This record gives sequence, C-alpha cells and structure tokens, in this order.
Amino acid sequence: MLEIKNLHVKLEEEDKQILKGVDLSVESGKVHAIMGPNGSGKSTLSYVLSGRGGYVVTDGSATLDGIDLLEMEPEARAAAGLFLAFQYPVEIPGVGNMTFLRTAVNAQRKARGEAEMSSTEFLKEVRAKAKTLKIDAEMLKRPVNVGFSGGEKKRNEILQMAMLEPKMCILDETDSGLDVDAMKLVADGVNALRDAGRAFLVITHYQRLLDHIRPDVVHIMASGRIVKTGGPELALEVENNGYADILAEEA
Amino acid sequence: MAVRRQNRLQPKLDAAEARLAATSLPEGGVWITEARNQALARLRTTGLPNARDEYWKYTRPDTLVQPEPVAAALYRPDEKTIFADLDRLHLTFVDGVLDVAASDPRALDGVEIQTLADAAAADIHWAREVYGVLEARGQDPVERPLAALNTAVATEGLAIRVTGKAARPIQLTYLQSAPDSDAMIHHVIRLEPGAELTVLENGPAAARLTQVIEVEVADGAAFHHIRAQGRTHERRAATHIFARLGRESAFKSFTLTANGALTRNDVVIEFTGDDALAHVAGAALGDGSDRTGFHHDDTIFITHDALNCESRQVFKKVLRNGATGVFQGKILVRKGAQKTDGYQISQALLLDGDSQFLAKPELEIYADDVACSHGSTSGAIDEDALFYLRSRGVPEGPATDLLILAFVAEAIDEIDDPAIAAALLERLESWLSRHRG
Ligand SMILES: Nc1ncnc2c1ncn2[C@@H]1O[C@H](COP(=O)(O)OP(=O)(O)OP(=O)(O)O)[C@@H](O)[C@H]1O
Ligand SMILES: [Mg+2]
Repeated sequence: MLEIKNLHVKLEEEDKQILKGVDLSVESGKVHAIMGPNGSGKSTLSYVLSGRGGYVVTDGSATLDGIDLLEMEPEARAAAGLFLAFQYPVEIPGVGNMTFLRTAVNAQRKARGEAEMSSTEFLKEVRAKAKTLKIDAEMLKRPVNVGFSGGEKKRNEILQMAMLEPKMCILDETDSGLDVDAMKLVADGVNALRDAGRAFLVITHYQRLLDHIRPDVVHIMASGRIVKTGGPELALEVENNGYADILAEEA
Repeated sequence: MAVRRQNRLQPKLDAAEARLAATSLPEGGVWITEARNQALARLRTTGLPNARDEYWKYTRPDTLVQPEPVAAALYRPDEKTIFADLDRLHLTFVDGVLDVAASDPRALDGVEIQTLADAAAADIHWAREVYGVLEARGQDPVERPLAALNTAVATEGLAIRVTGKAARPIQLTYLQSAPDSDAMIHHVIRLEPGAELTVLENGPAAARLTQVIEVEVADGAAFHHIRAQGRTHERRAATHIFARLGRESAFKSFTLTANGALTRNDVVIEFTGDDALAHVAGAALGDGSDRTGFHHDDTIFITHDALNCESRQVFKKVLRNGATGVFQGKILVRKGAQKTDGYQISQALLLDGDSQFLAKPELEIYADDVACSHGSTSGAIDEDALFYLRSRGVPEGPATDLLILAFVAEAIDEIDDPAIAAALLERLESWLSRHRG
C-alpha cells in the first residue's frame, strides 16, 4: 500500500539532511511499527508523507497504491486515504471541533466525488465514535484542541481517524501522554479499524502500545534511515536493551 | 509661534471655505439654525482635517475633504438586502435622501420617527438638546471637523425618540444611484429612561458619505447598532457616532466592512452615569487589489467620567493584496471614574506581505482604582493550523477561510442577536469565497 524508496529529505531553510535513504514498504492489512532514538527522523518522515511544507525531497519516492504522494497537495493525500495522527496536535482557536470534523469529512467526500454526509448522519456517527473514545459532548463543542489535555488531544486524533476512515494511518507517538486506560481506548480504536484494506504505521517509543496493537513488522530508524527490520520481538529487544546493541550491530 | 500656527491652520480653513462654497447652507426653524450656526463656527475655528493632524496621519483625508467627491462606480450584487428576513421597520435612502415611497410607514410602538427636515422646521423640538450638542462635546480633546461640517449643512436624516421597548429594529438601507453622489446624513436619536432600540444600517449611501449619528442613551436605556457598510468597492465614507450614556444604560455597536476605497469610522462615547456599558466592535475585510484599493480606519474615543462603567473595543481586520487597516482607539478615564473596566483589542490578519496595519492604542488614566487593558497585534495565517486542516482533507482555500472566520469570531461574538450575527456571517463567508488567494 505504502511504498517508500530511498527517500532523501533535507530542510528547506537550512542545508540539513534529515532523511538519508528511507526504504519502507507497508502492505495492505498490516500494522508496521517504527521505533528509534529521538531525532532520528520519524516525525519528519510522517510530515513529508503528509505534505507539510519546509522540507525538500532530494531523492527517492513515496507512493500510496502506486500513486506518487510527493507531488500531491496535503488535502489530496488525505482524500487519497492518508492520515497522520500528529505527535503534537495543533490548537485552532475559534474553529469548533464539530465544524472542523464535518468540514473535513465532507471535503474528502467531495474530493472523491461522493455525496456529503447529512448533518443528522454525521452527528449520529460522531456521537457514537466519541463515546467509545470517552470524548464527551462538551469537548466536541470546544475549539479544536484548545484547552485539551495532552491525552485528550491524542484521543481527538483517533476520533478524527475513525471519522475519516483512511486506508493508510500513520500514528506518530499517539501513545505518549496517555494514561494506561486512555492507551487502551486508543488501541481499541485502532484495532476496531484494522481491516484487510487498511494499513497502519505506528511510531512509538514504548512496547506498551504494541502490547495492545500487535504489529506485524517492527522497524528501527536511526539517523534518517531504517536500520533494522524484524518481527514484534524487535520491539521487546528495544524495550529491554535500548538501541545501543542494535546501532552497534548495524554500524 | 502664533504665525506658525496660523500657517498650519490656514490651509485647513481654506479647505473648509472651499467646501462650504460648494455647499448650499440650509434653511430651517430657529433651534436648528442656531445649532447649524454654532457648528459652522466650530468648523471655521478648526478648518477641515489634513495629513498633518495627529489623528489623520494614517488616513489621508483629502478625498473626504475636497469640495467634489471622487466618483464611485455602482455595485449592485444580485442578492437580497441584508437583514431582509428579520422582522424590522425598513427605511430606504437613495444617494443620502430618504425615499418615502420605498420605505415602510414610520410607525413603531414606543418610537417616534421623524425626518430631520420635519424636526428642523419646528421652532421647538426635543432634538435641539441632542443635535450638534453631542457632536460639539465630541470635538474635545480631538477635533472632528467633518462632523461639524455635517451638523452645519446636513438636511437629511432622522430624528428618533424612543420612549418604550421597540418591538422591532429599524433598518436603514442606504442605496447609491449616482456615481458622483455626495451624501450628508445626520441622525439624532434619544432613548428615554428604560427605552430600547436596535438600529440596523447597510449600504454605501453614495460615492461619498459624510455621516453623523448622535445618540443620547438615558438612564437604564439600551441602544444597539449594527452596520453592514456597503460593499461598493470605490465608495468613500466618513462616519461618526457620538453617544452619551446615562446611568445603567447600554450601548452596543458592531460594524462589518467589506470593500470600500476609504472608510473612516469615528466612534466617540462618553459615560456620564454610573454602571453603564459600551461595547464597540467591528470586522473589516479588504482587498487592496481593487482598482481604488482598500483603506479602513476605526477611530474610537471612549471617555469614562462615571463610576463602575465597562467599555470594550474589539476590532479585527483581514487585509490582503496591499490593503491598509488603521485602528486608533483611546480609553480616557477621568479623575474620579473609579471601578472603570476598560478593554481594547485590535488585531489584523495580514494575508500577504503587502498589506499593512497601523495601530495607535491609547490609555489615559486619571483614576487609581481601574482595570484597563489593551492589546494590538498583527500576524499572518498560522501555517501549522493551516497544514493541520489540509492534512485532514480541507483544501487550502476553505481551510484559510475557516481560519479567517476564527480570527474574526471574537468581534462577531460581540453581537447579541443570533439572527443578526448569522446574517453578517453569511456576508462575511460570501466575501471570502469571492476573494481567495
Ligand atoms: N524545521 C526544523 N528545523 C530544524 N531542525 C529540524 C526541523 N525539523 C526537524 N529537524 C531536526 O531533524 C531531526 C529529526 O527530527 P524528527 O522530529 O523527525 O525526529 P523524531 O525521530 O520524530 O524524534 P522524537 O522521537 O524525539 O519525536 C532532529 O534532529 C530535528 O531537530
Ligand atoms: Mg517525533
């Protein structure tokens, strides 16, 4: 589904290479996890895939179901089925969460040539999905992420994912800042979406999330590259021993 | 020194004489003739503004001052008049002249609505206590000569006296029919104790509009004013509101401005009774790439001269393609005006590097037990918020619009009536959809 080949990315503002040849292939129906030391380029990869400005792709490619992602506007990537749960969800004062969600859902439908969701249908769905994530009605009315706690912001990301039903979901440290119960809620939310036609790329530092969302494949990223790929046991190894051994082995 | 002052004043006096020479001085009854003569005397003392005046540094007054107006092409969008869905008493002015045939009968319980001409013809009239009186008070400490000019020569306008709670708002629609029209409108409004009235204004009025509204809000009375300034791209306007507020009274004014070559809106408010409140707010949207550009100036002066009064100024401007926004807002707290609560915020959203926002926020406080705050900012669209929206599938145009609407929301929130707020929001949204990128 997601095919990344030899991706090289540098910053637009300064001559600093962040991604130095990322190769990654995520198949439909699978859950891949990426772990790696701070600053290794995990968030950068997620931003570049979703089309954030400020980066320059100097080499390589990234495709979603064979379509070149890197040439598309961020909104077109979203409409094509790509979703990023942000490591740091953005606060938007003055824009109501509901308005935001509805605008997003209908914009994607429009881009795909589908009919807009009626407001009653939309309300029903949001309420049901918010409930499973323990997001109360009052939070839905507030401006996007404004005054939300760290954990509430992360749950709000998952609510958006549940509403938008993307086929390629990238979760950037969605587990950080979550308490144990909230982590379970988020994991349940992800697991509920697991489907043969959908894939996940889960960026995390901790094994705990992966206990709930069992990954098929685990990658280790370091210095802008995937340096090791393995099964779920790789995450356990990191949990127990840190990165030192793996990085030494690869060097 | 005296000679230098004279040298600076002379061109302004000459400008006043030139303007008066092109204007016919009106006839009227005793009281209004006296008021007009006094205004004429004020004008002949100050002259008309020029670019050297302190409060005209950011806005060139030339086209507002010169004897003939600059012509403005008509703008007649094919759409319903704003507020048409509200239950209101509707009066229409064309090129600044009341069009009786196109207006509702002036009958509203608890409200007397007369033309200024009818009030002026009477030898004795309540309006003599308001007409030119509040304007004259508002000349100090900052002179507003265009208002004095208006008082001296205006013949069109309304004299509205409110004795009860008006069941419906009064809507004044100002149409422009001649490309070189020059309108001079003066309304006097008095709300007796406990009375309530909402006045809605909309439309360009003329190629050039010079307007004065004087509002006396007596004890316990409430006056609401909503204005959707005409979207005619080439129009020019200098408007003034002078309000005097009694004890426990309320004054709220909101102005939406979209387009206009030049708009200067002065609001001068004086608290004379305790425990009153005044909220003045506005949202202005302009595109400098219009043939005549976009220049919008809000100049607000609020004087607290009573105990425990609350004033709020909330002004938002959205500027693109070389548009200019100006905010000059002052809170003056006189000695003894304790427990004053004054708030002022003026913000501009600059959609590109060509646009500019010029702000002169001022606090002048002579009482010790007050809470006053002010802030002024200008900034661009938040790129992180824009990317967040786009990453959820909202295209750049609508995403930008959402952020713009969020930016002006604080000003729109000042409007109490949801139906009125919705009508203005609709205007705003349609302007945005026509002015992308
Ligand atoms: N806009 C930027 N300006 C300067 N440096 C940047 C910028 N964006 C990323 N970097 C640098 O690129 C490197 C990779 O950052 P990135 O956020 O992708 O790391 P990460 O793997 O997600 O780390 P973490 O685990 O801490 O979230 C870091 O050294 C970071 O400082
Ligand atoms: Mg990161």
